[in-house]
Amino acid sequence: MIGESILKKKQIGIEKQVDEFLDRVSESGLLCKNGMDAYLKENVEAFAASLASIRDTEHQGDRLRRAIEQDLYRKTLIPESRGDVMELLEDMDALLDRFTGLLWQFEIEKPEICTEFHNDFRELLHYSVESVEACVLSCRAFFKDIQVVVNHVHKVSFWEKESDKVSTRLQKAIFAQGDLRLSHRMQLRFFVKQVDRIADEAEDVADRLNIYVIKRML
Amino acid sequence: MFAIFLSSGLFLGWSLGANDAANVFGTAVGTRMISFRKAAIYCGIFVILGAVISGAGAAETLGEFGAVNAVAGAFVVALAAAVTVYWLTALGYPVSTTQAIVGAIIGWDLFAGAAIDYWGLEKIVLSWVMSPILAAIFSALLYKLITYMITHARISMFSLDALTRTGLMLAGIAGAYALGANNIANVVGIFVPISPLADISFLGIFRLSGAQQLFFIGAVAIAVGTFTYGKRVMLTVGEGITEMSPVAALVAVLANALVLFLFASQGLERFLLGSGLPSFPLVPVSSSQAIVGSVIGIALLRGGRGIRWRMLGEITGAWLLTPLVAVVISFIALFFLQNVFQQKTFLPVEYRLTAEAEHHLKDAGIPTDRLTEMREKTYPTAAEFEKAVSRYLTLSNKEMGLVLSITEVGPLLVDARLASRINDPTITEAQRRAVQRITGKRFVHRWQLEKALAEDSPEWRMEAGKKERNREIRRKLDYLYRLIRAGM
Repeated sequence: MIGESILKKKQIGIEKQVDEFLDRVSESGLLCKNGMDAYLKENVEAFAASLASIRDTEHQGDRLRRAIEQDLYRKTLIPESRGDVMELLEDMDALLDRFTGLLWQFEIEKPEICTEFHNDFRELLHYSVESVEACVLSCRAFFKDIQVVVNHVHKVSFWEKESDKVSTRLQKAIFAQGDLRLSHRMQLRFFVKQVDRIADEAEDVADRLNIYVIKRML
Repeated sequence: MFAIFLSSGLFLGWSLGANDAANVFGTAVGTRMISFRKAAIYCGIFVILGAVISGAGAAETLGEFGAVNAVAGAFVVALAAAVTVYWLTALGYPVSTTQAIVGAIIGWDLFAGAAIDYWGLEKIVLSWVMSPILAAIFSALLYKLITYMITHARISMFSLDALTRTGLMLAGIAGAYALGANNIANVVGIFVPISPLADISFLGIFRLSGAQQLFFIGAVAIAVGTFTYGKRVMLTVGEGITEMSPVAALVAVLANALVLFLFASQGLERFLLGSGLPSFPLVPVSSSQAIVGSVIGIALLRGGRGIRWRMLGEITGAWLLTPLVAVVISFIALFFLQNVFQQKTFLPVEYRLTAEAEHHLKDAGIPTDRLTEMREKTYPTAAEFEKAVSRYLTLSNKEMGLVLSITEVGPLLVDARLASRINDPTITEAQRRAVQRITGKRFVHRWQLEKALAEDSPEWRMEAGKKERNREIRRKLDYLYRLIRAGM
């Protein structure tokens, strides 16, 4: 059918945009990981490159999100789920912003992180990135094959719990470290919280996604 | 005068457009899948195409109003139906236009003392029950099937959206076409015989007959009705009864179409009977009532929690009110037109128990022994004749209908020009010759004319068990009868 094929072409456009947007979210996690790794290794150039890349990714993400939202409204696509989809996209964009914000915070505060905490910081960020990654996969499934969402969404909680464990362990270690000033301890705790919060937010997004899935179930 | 008479038909068309467009596009607009503007434009275009291309043929142009035997009466009946539908549309309720028309005709029957269309009444009551139930069952089953298919086909969200939207648009377009084709006879059909419009030829490429031009005007009225006033009823159907998903919206429209196709389509019955297959029983189904049933069917399947029962109650009340209000408005308006404006709103039809009629009644199994006092007495109206018969005999509605049709006096003279005036292409050459052979004959009762034709030609003869053939002959006889009456 001509009408159908024309419509499909238009839709494939928006489907592609959604995919690209989620790619950016996923990418931001990896860039953040690279950036923190470079920071911990005190590789200033690599850190600056990661920062530039993530800033670029953030811009692309914002542009894509706006384009998708405008398309949804202008063409009155998926009217029954439009509100949910908009919220989901904003939530995912917020996760992307968190990764960017974290690297910027490193750039601004330039915290002094003792070597014995490096691995824990890497591990903590790894779990946060994994939880966002699981969230991205759940989102892709939500758009493409709603039945598969359950296969991904439970992993978000798993990574969030792992992240919590490391966060607690790391904070205890920071405050157990005798030769640090309280202000230094508090600054490090702030960074731990910043990283851990990403996983927490990913879990909140996954919870909301679960509801959107129920609402869309026929 | 023609323009004044036509105005009530156009008002009826406008009301019909405002109300019935919801049957085809209501759920699509209610779920925001198709904008109201777009729906109204497509609906209008296809209503016009349906009316002009597939509007009823020459002999079927009278529609429901065929029973009303004076144009001024038809004007009032159409007006009464239009006012009723307009009122309920303004309140936002989906109601059956046909039922408003049947109600208005009953008002005319009462006023003219004509035989009341009990079958019409029975059809309305049956439709109140059958339309929503059948549609609800079909929509629930169809919803199960379609959701199963969607779940297993793993269609992406945006593709499903596109498919549903296309489906809603196609179903809406097809529905609008059928709406135009099926309803145009009720809107302007009665005015076709008095229309002064001549055939128009467009550069010799195609011709638009006078009837088609009238159909076009009527269809434009329907389209304008949809555009100017259709939104409210659409939103009642699409979101007022319950919140719907787009897939449910599509299922509701499909179930509605399916129920109409299976249970109200003479075409399908003809095809099934012609192929030697058992056919579905033809049931009076109203599209406006079926679409409400379809919506409810899906809502019940999903647990029924989202149904706004209050709204449903109001809609049901509106259904009951439709024919009743139409009866009252029609009766009062006829009274005014006849007594204040001195217009002839009906041609009196007399009834007489002639010797031939008595004989015929006996053959039909009606005991006439007790009717001896009524012999050769002329009764000025069906109501008075019915009253007289009821004094001597207790008859069922069906039997009384038979008695009335046999005793109706319609002095019929078959003049020499009759055969040449037949312009219904479905009347065969053999049938036309049979009409020619009875030229000059005079009949007291209509059935005598039918008998004479049947005796003359096997092509005019009805046969037991051949439902379709008999219906076709009945239609042609109705046409012939009108032609003779019009020429007298």
